[in-house]
Amino acid sequence: MTTLAANKPAYDGQALDLTGKSGARAFKNTLATVLITLAFVLAMIPLIWILWTVVSKGYHLLFDAGWWSESQRGITVRREGGGAYHAIMGTLIMGLITAVIAVPIAILGAIYLVEYGKGTRLARAVSFMIDILTGVPSIVAALFIYAVWITIFGFNRVGFAVSLSLVLLMLPVVLRSTEEMLKLVPDELREASYALGVPKWKTILKVVVPTAFGGIITGVMLGLARVMGETAPLLILVGYSKNINLNPFDGFMGALPTMINQDRTELALQPAADRVWAAALTLILLVLALNLLARFVARFSAVKSK
Amino acid sequence: MSSPDGTEPPGRPAEPAAVAATGDQAGPKLDLGPVGHLGDRLFSSLAHGSGALVIAIVSFVGIFLLALAIPALADDQSSFLFSRIWEPGGDQPRFGIAAMFYTTVISSIIAMIIAVPIAVGVALFVTYYAPKRLATPVAHAVDLLAAVPSIIYGLWGILFFAPILRPVINGLAAALGWLPLFEKPPGDNVGVVFTASVVLAIMILPVVTAISREIFTQTPVAHREGALALGATKWEMIRMAVLPYGRSGVVSASMLGLGRALGETVAVLIILSVPNANDPWNSSIFAGGETFASKIANNAAEFDSPEKTGAYIAAGLVLFVVTFLVNSAARLIVARSGPGGKRTRRNRSAGGAAAKEGAVA
Repeated sequence: MTTLAANKPAYDGQALDLTGKSGARAFKNTLATVLITLAFVLAMIPLIWILWTVVSKGYHLLFDAGWWSESQRGITVRREGGGAYHAIMGTLIMGLITAVIAVPIAILGAIYLVEYGKGTRLARAVSFMIDILTGVPSIVAALFIYAVWITIFGFNRVGFAVSLSLVLLMLPVVLRSTEEMLKLVPDELREASYALGVPKWKTILKVVVPTAFGGIITGVMLGLARVMGETAPLLILVGYSKNINLNPFDGFMGALPTMINQDRTELALQPAADRVWAAALTLILLVLALNLLARFVARFSAVKSK
Repeated sequence: MSSPDGTEPPGRPAEPAAVAATGDQAGPKLDLGPVGHLGDRLFSSLAHGSGALVIAIVSFVGIFLLALAIPALADDQSSFLFSRIWEPGGDQPRFGIAAMFYTTVISSIIAMIIAVPIAVGVALFVTYYAPKRLATPVAHAVDLLAAVPSIIYGLWGILFFAPILRPVINGLAAALGWLPLFEKPPGDNVGVVFTASVVLAIMILPVVTAISREIFTQTPVAHREGALALGATKWEMIRMAVLPYGRSGVVSASMLGLGRALGETVAVLIILSVPNANDPWNSSIFAGGETFASKIANNAAEFDSPEKTGAYIAAGLVLFVVTFLVNSAARLIVARSGPGGKRTRRNRSAGGAAAKEGAVA
């Protein structure tokens, strides 16, 4: 802007034309508007295209009652029938175990960062490690659990091992969102509680956490949505089973991502292709439902700061 | 998602003990009932323990991978870093990561080159161009891209998107084919590095957009209105006020996106065609290949002997180190400069960006 001012000579007595911009500047402005809007349209194309593909190819099997209650036991790629019950249950069970392990650690870790460790060296280290954990690829998390669970301890490939590796992926998501929510809790609430003589731990459990509860739930659901769609740990840590297996400590287990993976090379066969897209739609519905629910909870339970 | 910055407001008691202490000083001793510190101590150690556990987990990932990789690396008959051969197992295991490293890095960098300008455009659209009422739904729609599982990106990418890219590939190869990078091998293969890169670009778009958006909205109103008051057009305002302020944030967002792309497994596994073992190695982005992640996932069935497993774990370790470095660099850029180069805001921006990233993960 300084150059603009410098170029303009001192007022020379003639009327200045202050109406409008020069053609080049107006053109650049319009061009930028068009390009930026175009970027948005471009970003929306794959979303709509993917959703359309999956919905249009997968919806009809979902109206089949058997889809929700039967497994793929004894069903080959050339045969129609069967359902995704085994895979849906597998995905839900592994997700649930992951949440049971990851959520307490994440919430306590966030409480540590906000309520106890503020400004300390350890807290900075924890915070840095969470950032690193956020970036750990799922395949590396899976390899790590493989190294510990199978190579060192000599256990079998089971659903529980998948959950352990998913904990690594879910932990940072829940921890960060919980931390953000705890930070939003006004200090006045804490002070009021301290003034009443309530010990710090009770203040945290009865005042701080309940105030931030909605936000924590949002984080948990977003974390679950992330881990339920993961495929890499399933490929390495548990085999795919067409049968119903509800025991995460014994035997192979079906899951929606591996059900898709199982038949993806047989897409030329109609029954297999139908199942692949129906499983994909089921998975997307599950993950999207968690996402939308999370945002819904977030909107209606936001911490009112001041 | 705005958050109060790291500074503590004055007057907040650091410890409940401080309250008790002032009570003690007030003349006659007040009886406040049993001051049970057991609960406090227990809860505090639980919280500290969870914090320490996070550090332990990340350290363990590195330590265990290293511990299992070392024996395999010791047996390796060829250069692990510079060899393109991958024949683990047997009496004379020979394996190197050069080919995987090349494919991983080139595919991720191309993905970043495609995704970042679009992501910045989308972030600007959401923050400054979209009508106010539409801004939030639009932002959520972009975030939904992150909710699509990667295996579905892979299927869609190879079955529906790759055929659309065929003319693009042919055009680029015709125009730039004299460069080895763009040389098209014979055949009509669409499961190539370039296709994987474009799909990866779509996959990292939401992360880069979310963080850029967060930084752009933090541009001080004074900067923006100052520019407008001096007669700047909207675009000039963005170029002179918003973009310089958000530059380091966009750089760090791009690196986080790069980190995502480096480690993406299933989408790449489905899209990339694995070259025949006998074919000569091809550096072109219009050829197939294998990344670290896709190679490991593709060969999970081969983890039958410790030597073989060790070789794949060594490859995983390299991937871990590379993503570690890229992510650390991204965090450092945010921490060093922060938006607008103001150190005072660094806690806020770093935390906010990380939370944003978590939210779209």
